[in-house]
Amino acid sequence: MSNHQINPNKWIDLYSDYLFNYTISRVNDRDMAQDLVQDTFLAALKSMKNFKGEASERTWLISILKRKIIDHYRKVNSNKGKAEVRITYNDESETEGDWLEERVADPFDKTAEDTMQNDELGEAIFNCLSKLPEKQAEVFRMKAIEGLETEVICNELNITASNLWVIIHRARTAMAACLKENWF
Amino acid sequence: MSTKIKLMLKCDEANHVCDKAQHKDASLWEKIKLHVHLVYCNACRKYTINNIKLSKIIKKSRIECLDKKCKEKMKLELDRAIKETETN
Repeated sequence: MSNHQINPNKWIDLYSDYLFNYTISRVNDRDMAQDLVQDTFLAALKSMKNFKGEASERTWLISILKRKIIDHYRKVNSNKGKAEVRITYNDESETEGDWLEERVADPFDKTAEDTMQNDELGEAIFNCLSKLPEKQAEVFRMKAIEGLETEVICNELNITASNLWVIIHRARTAMAACLKENWF
Repeated sequence: MSTKIKLMLKCDEANHVCDKAQHKDASLWEKIKLHVHLVYCNACRKYTINNIKLSKIIKKSRIECLDKKCKEKMKLELDRAIKETETN
């Protein structure tokens, strides 16, 4: 029995931000991330008949996205392989005997735990956001996440400033309540 | 007295200033009035604490969103692809 339906017309509204965030924490390039997300939607559309409805739509899309990200890195790496890498061995007595790998370790690299925790937090925020009424979610996204000016949002959505603040207030209260259990 | 400077906020006004402050839209005077209100109002103090936490958590998560233009462009492209698959 398949209890998950698929509806490509809603993909962008429902999942693009979530997928985009998933991607950007892995490729660190906005344009590239956007392309990968779009590729994912197009690929998903092509293989729609393979969707069995066992997983949720979002899980299914993420699994396609993962393949896309891996493919992206394969492409990048095969280009890198063509360039010659030269490493100068320095003969300072202090570092003598150290393995080469130890010398190139990146101390500023994020640990796996950091990335994982941020992923989970991002996921929690998007889950809560998707529970809000559409209008509230949209305003909250523009104001709190994109950080747009009040006037810009008012013009774009055709609402008054006081209207905007009422929506923001409701959204913030709901978001706080939703995130409270696990993240406060 | 209309000439008296208003120092006391009502709770809904205080919450409004608190929301504005989280988005860096509140003036200094508004923030002073908010803090005066918070001294004696327990409920608003609670709301303010939660509100600050929410802002912190969003900042910490460093989530980013696609802007509207990007999404519309993506939608157009996807719509076209959907129509193509339907006709095939």
